[in-house]
Order: sequence, then structure tokens, then C-alpha cells
Amino acid sequence: MKFTRRDALKGLGGIPLMGAVWWAGAASTVAKKKERSAILEQLNIQPSLPAAVPGIGGDPIRVGIIGFGIRGEQLCRALGFATNEWKEEMRLAAEENPNNSTLADFEAQDKLNVHLAGICDIFDYRANKALNSFNTPDNKMERFRTYQEMIRSGKVDAVVIATPDHWHAPMTIDALENNIHVYVEKPMTHNVEETYRLREAARNSKATLQVGHQHRQTLSFQTAKDIIEKGTIGHVSLIQTNTNRNDDNGAWMYDIHPDASPQTIDWDMFLGSAPKVPFNKNHFFRWRKWWAYGSGLSGDLLSHDYDRLNCVLNMGIPDSVMTSGGIYTHRDGRNVPDVLQVNMEYPNFSTGSSQAKGKEQGMTFVYSATLGNGFNRPTILMGHDGTLELGNQLTIWPDRQSTRYADNIENEKMSPGVPIYQYDPGASTPDGVASATSQYFADKGLMWTYINGARVDSTFLHMREWLSCARNGGKVSCGVKEGFEEAISSHMAGLSYKLGRRIEWDKETEQLKPIEGIDFDEALLAPM
Amino acid sequence: MVLLRLFVGWHFLYEGIIKLYNPDWTSVGYLASAQGPFRSFFIWMTSDAMIGIADWGNKIALVFVGLTLLLGIFEKCGAIVGAVLLAMYYLAHPSFPWLTEVSVEGSYWFVNKNLIELMVCVVIYQLPTSRYFGLQRFFDKKEVLTQSN
Repeated sequence: MKFTRRDALKGLGGIPLMGAVWWAGAASTVAKKKERSAILEQLNIQPSLPAAVPGIGGDPIRVGIIGFGIRGEQLCRALGFATNEWKEEMRLAAEENPNNSTLADFEAQDKLNVHLAGICDIFDYRANKALNSFNTPDNKMERFRTYQEMIRSGKVDAVVIATPDHWHAPMTIDALENNIHVYVEKPMTHNVEETYRLREAARNSKATLQVGHQHRQTLSFQTAKDIIEKGTIGHVSLIQTNTNRNDDNGAWMYDIHPDASPQTIDWDMFLGSAPKVPFNKNHFFRWRKWWAYGSGLSGDLLSHDYDRLNCVLNMGIPDSVMTSGGIYTHRDGRNVPDVLQVNMEYPNFSTGSSQAKGKEQGMTFVYSATLGNGFNRPTILMGHDGTLELGNQLTIWPDRQSTRYADNIENEKMSPGVPIYQYDPGASTPDGVASATSQYFADKGLMWTYINGARVDSTFLHMREWLSCARNGGKVSCGVKEGFEEAISSHMAGLSYKLGRRIEWDKETEQLKPIEGIDFDEALLAPM
Repeated sequence: MVLLRLFVGWHFLYEGIIKLYNPDWTSVGYLASAQGPFRSFFIWMTSDAMIGIADWGNKIALVFVGLTLLLGIFEKCGAIVGAVLLAMYYLAHPSFPWLTEVSVEGSYWFVNKNLIELMVCVVIYQLPTSRYFGLQRFFDKKEVLTQSN
């Protein structure tokens, strides 16, 4: 049998086609990869790994919980203690939706060497709820009627404070003066004066203070720090952060428990330094809506966004703050604003410059909030060379007029519409499909960070760091310096809103510049 | 028919090569965002134990289908593997009107491009052409030769 030329052509015709397709695919992939790695090499951004924290050796640390409301329960879970009611609720949620892994995530969380030794809540129902679930043969727990009693009992080494804002400082100061370690929720304080007293107490105490800004543990923020330090986006002149909520829970309309009554709640204790008013369930459960106990958007949510940026930029307290806003979406008797715009000025701050020396300096930090719309406006850092979107993921776009990337943009290696860097610790892939979906998950979970692709509760990391420092020494991520800056900045925003005036900070004396005839704390806490 | 077979082979091979040469490529995103009745199966494939197998299986299968259809050898085998792959792609993101489509270009009602290409694979299986154009031609001649001896 002989093969004809026709046979050869028809038999082997596919081979050159195969070669062409193979070459085209390989060449384009390799070229893209090369371009990408050239850009990445030029940027030289180091994605952060979680800091190694020394373990908590020896006897378990005895922790007392002060305040067992919504946040108190969450903090207990971060410590490894969930109520039976919550576990049951999450079990049902997982049954209903197999993708709900909340309970599984909780159970997979590393165990901390902690003994929940005490509970202090002035609402009987909540104190009993904690005892019912946590007072077990393995974990003896006691109820204390007052925080003073708990701090002086000799039965706790550390306390977790998750009370209304006006109690944060008095409790923290008392604990620190008795050398009891403190984890206190944000804002660290409720007025200006006590912020100084708390700082003094922390400086003089042997105990470790951690302020509850758990996002300092989020890996993307630590990576963002590297991005800024390397001048990747150049001089940042404007930062935009936002709060967008459009639901009752987001507007602090929390549930009122049916067991609440003057018999089950220690009302005088709740009031503390606040003006004396008759028993009021609305005030007790929805305290964030009144300046007397809470601090509205400036203390509850601006404090988060401020600290998120302060941990990346370390920009400190602004030179001045101007705020405006009003009660426009929830006219229900509250006296804190529900729409708020805060402008913080940093005329001397710079993240570095790619242009002529002296041309660029100064930055405005804008916080824009509404409780009447839920559209997701991301946090944006706007630099001369690029724009950074900051969240659980990071994205950097080069700027069309960038000095640093002028050559790259000129020869079309970069394009203003195409990100030059994306960091997504939740996905191990730059696949287009992957980022679309993982973005959805990541955006949902402000409370999560990712370590080696696994979801980890950032509050857990924050509390673990606190306990480790308490036992082994070392520096916490959000100590009194950071807490002081957060508290003063939030109070400046609140004060500016209240007074309708610019509030200025004197860096030298570390004091608010006085305004004649105005007592700042009186103004800040006034009903309006 | 030869052209149809070559085009499908071309498409498969290119998809496979692109993934083969990109070490960062993974099917996690496609699988994790799966919808429809087999969602849990695809989610299971994203587990640490399975994902490596799924990724490599996909790459090898794509290249295999591409080679068989382009070169014209074992094309029936290639057509079946191609149809199975496409069925999996389709089932992971079926174009059912009651599902929200994610990461899809174009508009589809039950029938989408994956399903059409799947049908093409079935046709290729039914109407093989490698005896006419492809390496198979040589083997066939040999067979004829052996028989005639």
C-alpha cells in the first residue's frame, strides 16, 4: 500500500493548525504574564501575612464580661463562647441554607486559653442568659452586680467592656487603675475630658488596654500600608469614606426585650453620668440615638472609618474639622444626626510625592454618611499617581496624569481604566469570574479577614492579640495612642456638628483650641 | 463537517493552552459561583482535596479534545470527552430563566453557547470525518491493507 500526496495532505493537515493554535495560546499567555509581572515587580507590593502572636501559656486568663448585649455576645463568641440560643439559631440557619457556615466557622476557630469567670449586666435577662450557657462544670462563671465589684473581686484578670459609650471611660479607667487588662469597644470615650484621664490611667497602669477596632487585623489594610509607604499612588490629597445604611437595625432601632422593666433593669446604673430621666425602654435598648449615652454617626461609625485609615496612614488627629448634617431619615425622637458629612483637614500631611519638591502637601479626609440609602460607596484614596479602593480587597488604578507612571501610560503598558494591582486574600486567583464572586462575599463580611484563604473573624484575632500581650507583654495594635486619636477626632466631628463651627486641634499643647464662651464637653453631650 | 470539527478542536485547544501556560489559572471561581440543581457537587469540587484534580483534569481534557479533533484521531473519544466537559460547564451555570446569571455575556433562555457546542460534539461523534481528513486516514489505510492481505 502506498500513501499518495493527497493522503499525506489530508492526513497531516491538522498538524500545522494544531501548531498554530498552540503557539498562539502559549505566546499570548506568556506575554500577558510577563507584562503583568513587570508591573508587579515595578510596584513591589508585599501582601501582608498575619503577625505571629505568642501563645497564651499557663493558667487560663480569667475574663469578666461587662455588658452582654449585641456586641457583648459577639465578643464572647470571638473568645470561643457562644450561647446555646445562638448555636441553635445558627444550626437552623445552616439547615435552611447549607451555605451558611457561621456555626462551622465558629467551631473551627482556634480555642483561646480563657476562662469566662464573670458577667456583669444590669439587665437580669442578659446576665442570666450568659450564666445559662457559660456557667458550666468546665467554666465556673459568677454574676457581679456592679463592674466595681467585679474589678475588685480578685476573680478576674481582664475585662471586656461592651456597654453604652458613656460608660466606656469610667469602667476602663477603674479597671486600669486596678491593673486589670481591658478590651473596650469603640469609641474609647464619650467626651473630651475623660479621654485625657483615660490616657493617663493607661500610661500609669501595668495592665494592657486594647480598643475594639478589630479591622486593624484585616490583612488588606496591612498590605495597603505597604502600598502607601512605597508611594504607589503618590501624594494622597483626598480620602473618601462612607456609611450607607437603609434599615432600622442600621439606624440603631434595636429590639426591645419583653422582659425589660424597672424590676429587671438597674436603671440608675444605666444612667450613670447621663441626665436623670424616668425609666425608658427606648433609651435603654436604643441608646445610640441619644447624645447622653451614645455618640451617633461620629462615635459609632466615623470612628471605624477614621481608624481604618489611621491604621494605614498613621495621619493622627486632624488640624481642624468641619461637620454638617441633620436628622433627615429617622425623625423618631432621636437627637443624634442620621445624615452627616465630616471634613477633616491635614494641611501638613503627605504620603510622599512623585513631583517637584514642595508642590504637594496636605490632605482632606471626608466621611460621608446617610442612614437613608444603602448604595455601596467604597472607600477611596485619591493620589496623584493612582487611586486605591480599600476594603477587604484592594484595587489600584493608575491615574491618567500620573507622573510616576507617565512612561507606562504613554507606551500603553498601563491604562487608567485597568487596575494595576488587585489584592484579594479570599481568593487564590486572578480569574475574572473568581473576583466577581469572591468580591460579593468579601464585601458582605466586614468582620472577616482571610488567612491562607480561610475566613477568620478579625475580632477573634484582635482579642487574641490583646490576651497574648496581656500574658506575654508586647504591643497591641490599637492601644491608648490609637484610641486617643480616634476618640479626639470623633469628638471634634461631633462638636463641629453641634456648634456649626470649625473645631481646631493644637498639636503642641495636645488640646482643642478653645472657643470663647464654649464648654466643649457640655456642648458635645447637650441634647441639641 | 471537517471544518466544524476543526473549529471546535481549535476552540478547545486554545482554551486548554491558555490555562496550561497560566500557572495562576484555577476553576475555583467558576465552580464556587455555580448555580442550579448540581450546585453542591460543584462546591464540593472547590475543596482543597478536589480543586487540584478538577483544575488539572479540566486542562488535560481540554487539550485532549483539542488535539483529537484538530489532528483527526480518536475523534469519537474526543467528542465524548468534549460533550461531558461542556455538560459540566452548562450544569454549573445553567441558563435557566429562574436563576440569576452571573458572569455571562449575551442573553440566553435554556439554550446557551455551551449547549450548542455540546450538540456539535454529538454531531461530530455521529459523523466522524477523520478518515477523510486527519491522522486516522493512515491507520484506516493500514487496516484495509491488512484485510486485503
